[in-house]
Amino acid sequence: MSLKRIDLLICCGSGCISAGSLKVKERFQEVLADKGISSEVNIIETGCMGPCDYGPVLVIYPEGVFYKSVKPEDVEEIVTEHFLKGRPVQRLMLREEERLVSSQKEVPFYRKQVKVALANCGFINPESMEEYIATGGYEALGTVLTTMNPQQVIDVVKASGLRGRGGGGFPTHIKWQLVHDVESDEKYIICNGDEGDPGAFMDRSVLEGDPHRVIEGMMIGAYAIGATKGFFYIRAEYPLAIKRIRNAIKQAKEAGLMGENIFGSNFSFEAEVRTGAGAFVCGEETALIQSIQGERGNPTPKPPYPAVKGLWNKPTVVNNVETFANIPTIFLRGAEWFASMGTETSKGTKVFALTGDVNNTGLVEVPMGITLRELIFDVGGGMANGHEFKAVQLGGPSGGCLTREHLDVPVDYETLKERGAMMGSGGVIVMNDQKCMVNVAKFFIGFCVDESCGKCSPCRIGLKHMYNILDRITRGEGKEGDLEELQHLGETISRLSLCGLGQTAPNPVLSTIRYFREEYESHIRDHSCQTKVCTDLFHFMIDKNRCIGCSLCARKCPVSCISGSRDEKYTISQTECIKCGNCQDVCPVKAIDRIPGMHPDVLKQLQEKQNISIEE
Amino acid sequence: MKTLADLKKIREKAQEEMKLRDGKVRIKIVVGMGTSGIAMGAREVMKTFLEEISNRNLTDVLVTQTGEKGLSSMEPVVDVIEEGKPKVTYGNMTPEKARRVVVEHIVNGRVVSDYVVATGD
Amino acid sequence: MYKEICEKYTPEKDNLLYILHDIQDHHPQHYIPEEAVQVVAEYLNIPTNHIYGVLTFYTMYSTKPRGKNIIRLCESPPCYIKGSTNILRKLKMLLGVNTGETTKDGMFTLELCACLGVCGNAPVMMINEDVYGDLTEEKVEEIIDKIRRGNQ
Repeated sequence: MSLKRIDLLICCGSGCISAGSLKVKERFQEVLADKGISSEVNIIETGCMGPCDYGPVLVIYPEGVFYKSVKPEDVEEIVTEHFLKGRPVQRLMLREEERLVSSQKEVPFYRKQVKVALANCGFINPESMEEYIATGGYEALGTVLTTMNPQQVIDVVKASGLRGRGGGGFPTHIKWQLVHDVESDEKYIICNGDEGDPGAFMDRSVLEGDPHRVIEGMMIGAYAIGATKGFFYIRAEYPLAIKRIRNAIKQAKEAGLMGENIFGSNFSFEAEVRTGAGAFVCGEETALIQSIQGERGNPTPKPPYPAVKGLWNKPTVVNNVETFANIPTIFLRGAEWFASMGTETSKGTKVFALTGDVNNTGLVEVPMGITLRELIFDVGGGMANGHEFKAVQLGGPSGGCLTREHLDVPVDYETLKERGAMMGSGGVIVMNDQKCMVNVAKFFIGFCVDESCGKCSPCRIGLKHMYNILDRITRGEGKEGDLEELQHLGETISRLSLCGLGQTAPNPVLSTIRYFREEYESHIRDHSCQTKVCTDLFHFMIDKNRCIGCSLCARKCPVSCISGSRDEKYTISQTECIKCGNCQDVCPVKAIDRIPGMHPDVLKQLQEKQNISIEE
Repeated sequence: MKTLADLKKIREKAQEEMKLRDGKVRIKIVVGMGTSGIAMGAREVMKTFLEEISNRNLTDVLVTQTGEKGLSSMEPVVDVIEEGKPKVTYGNMTPEKARRVVVEHIVNGRVVSDYVVATGD
Repeated sequence: MYKEICEKYTPEKDNLLYILHDIQDHHPQHYIPEEAVQVVAEYLNIPTNHIYGVLTFYTMYSTKPRGKNIIRLCESPPCYIKGSTNILRKLKMLLGVNTGETTKDGMFTLELCACLGVCGNAPVMMINEDVYGDLTEEKVEEIIDKIRRGNQ
C-alpha cells in the first residue's frame, strides 16, 4: 500500500511541453527528493488539460488546486508552502474564470438509435450469466417452453415480420416453418457466425458482448423447429467471440438452462462451437454446412435446401447471429412492438457498421427505413476531415455503391435492391471525394476473385476476366466496349453462379458503372483518373515558379528520373517516373503536384507500344 | 434451475448485486473489452485502473468489463457509473488518461470533461 | 506428438478442422507438415488427398514452415480505404520480406487476410491472436520493435 497523500498532475500536452513542463517535472522530482517526501507525492503526467495559454499547468489533489505558468524556479515554493505547510501559492493559482471551460463534447451518436440486438452490448459483463439474467435474460425462453407450443412460437416470429439479418433478408418464420413441418428423427439449428463481409462486425460484437442472448435466441428457434442439437459456426478470426460463446454455453449448462428437460419441459438441447479456418464463402449456408462436416467449404446446389437436406442430410435451420439476437426481445416485448418499427416490408431495427471516411465509425442500431443521410450525417457525425461525400458501399463485396442522390432513400431490403445495392449484413462503407470508383470496384472484384471457391466456372473464370478488364482500365489501356463487356459478363455471372457469392459478386462493378459511368469513361477515353488514385493515370509535375532548385527530389528519386540545376530548376522525365511519390514527400516547398491524366509523353509511348502489338 | 420462479430469484439477486448501494461499491469503472477496444489498447487501460485502484487502496471501487458499445472511433471506451449520478463515458482512453480519471473523477469527484464522449444512458 | 493431438478428438471426420488447427497451433513453426497429415489420415481413416483438399482450401492453414509470429494484415475494402497499402509497404520494408514470406531469423511471417472484423478501427492487423487497430506507419514500427525486443 502506498503512502501517497498528494497527487501532482503535470500537463504534458504538446502546448505545456513546449512551455517547459518536463523541466518543471524534473525540478519537482529533485525538490521532493531533497525534502525527503518523494514517497508522499504521486507525480502523474497527463495529456492536454485544455488551458494551453497558461502552460505549463498543473493540478494538485486532493484540493484540486490549478497552477498556471509554473516555472522550474517556482517549484521549491510550491513544495514548501503548499505540500509541507498546506498553503496553496496564491500568485500561481489559475482562477476559475480563466479556465477554458471545454465544451461538453456530446456525441449525437445515440440519439437516433434503438437498441434491440445490441441492447446489452457495452452494458453488461459478457462473462457473467447473472448480469444477462438481470436484464431479463432467459425469461423469454422460460415463457416459451412453459406456455407455448412450437407452432405458436413460429406464429409470433411471423407476426413480428423478422427477416434474416445476414444478407438475403429471407423471412425467418418461413425457414422455421419448413423445418418444423418436416418429419425427421434428427434436426439441427446452426448459428451463422462466419461474418465474412468486409466492413461488417456486428456479429462479432454481439457474440463477444452478449453471448447468452444469441444462445437464448437459438434455443427458442430449436424448440420451434424441433431440434435438439445446435452449432455455433464462428470464424477463426474471432478468437474472443469463440471464447465468450464457449464460456456462455458452459455457464448455461451448469445452470440447467441447457441440457435435459429445460425449465421442466420436454425440451432438451445441447450446443457446441465449430470454427472455420479462413474462407469467406463459408458464410454461405450450404458451404458452412460442408465446413462443419470437415469438408472444403464448397457450396452445394439448392435445392435441396438445408431445410430439407442440411447438416448430415438432416433438416437444418441456419440463422445469422443478429437474427437470433432479436428473438428474445420479440418474445419479451411482443411481436406488435417489434413490427411497429421499420417499414412495410422490413420490420424492426438493423445494426449497421459504419466504416470508412466517416467521423463516428462503429456500430449503430436504428429502425429500418432510416435514410442514408440520417445514418451517415446524423448518427455517423458526417464526413471525416472535411471532405465531401462521394459514395457509400452497402452490403460488402456483394452489395453496390450508392451516391449523393440516394442519400434520402430509406434503408430497407427492397429499396436498396431496387437501387442496385443490398442490405447484406449491414456494412456501410462511406467514401469521400478522394476515392476512385473504378479502383474501388477493381478492389472488390479482386476480393471476390481471391475468395471464389472455384467450384463453378462463371464465378471462377468470369470474375477473373472482369478483374483483368478493370485492371487494364486503371492502367490506361481501356478501350471502347470494355464497359459493355463488363456489364455483359456481370449479368452472366449473376445469373449462372451456383451460390450467393458468385451471384452477387459483380454488383460493385455493375452499380459503379450505373452511377459513375463518366468516371469509367474518363479512365478509358481521357486516360485520366480525376481523383489521382490510379498510379498510371496521373503524373507528377514540378512547378518551376515554386521550385527553389534544392535538388532534394532528384537525390531521393529511386530511378533517377529528375534532373536540373539551381538556375534551371528541376524537371521529371515522365516516361521513366514510377510514381513512387518520394519527390512530393521530400519537397520542402511543396512545389510538386499530382496532375490528373497520363502525361502526353507516356501516352505516346503507350500508343506506340499498342500499335506495334496490333501490327504483330 | 427448473422453473421461471427460480429464474426470477436469480434475476432479483443479480439486479441487487448490480446496484451500487449498500456502501460496498461506490463507483463502478466499466472498461469495454471487445476486440475493437482491445485492439486500441483497452487491456493496458484496464490494467492501469486496477493498479491505481489497488495502489490507493480504494476498496469501494469496482473495475469490471463489458463488450463494445459501438463507438469504434473512440475506443478504448470506459464508463464510470456512480449511484444517483448520470453515467459518464470516457473515450480514446490511454493509461495516462486512466490515471487522471482515477485522481480527478474517482478520488475527487470531478469529471474530466476533456475525455468525456457521452453522459447518461 | 501428432497422434496425441488427434486422440483429444473422437475419430470422426467433422473434427478434421479442429485437429488441423490444433496441430498447427502446437507446431513451433506454425504449419502442418506432411508427417502430420499421414497421422491424421490414419486416425480419421480418410485419404490424405482429402486432407490436402481441406488444408489448401482454408487460408489459415499452412503447409510451409512459418515464423514465430504471424502477422496478418487485413486487406479488405474498409482497411484499403483507410490506407492499408501504406501499412503493407511499411511492413515489407521493416521485415525485409514479401507477403507470404518469413524473415530469415524465423521471427515473423507476413500474410494478408480477409476482413478481421475490426473495421471501425481500420487499418488493422493481427499478430498471433492480438489485434492492433488504427495503424499508422509509426505505430507499426513500434509494435514490431516491441515484439523484437520482447523476444530477445
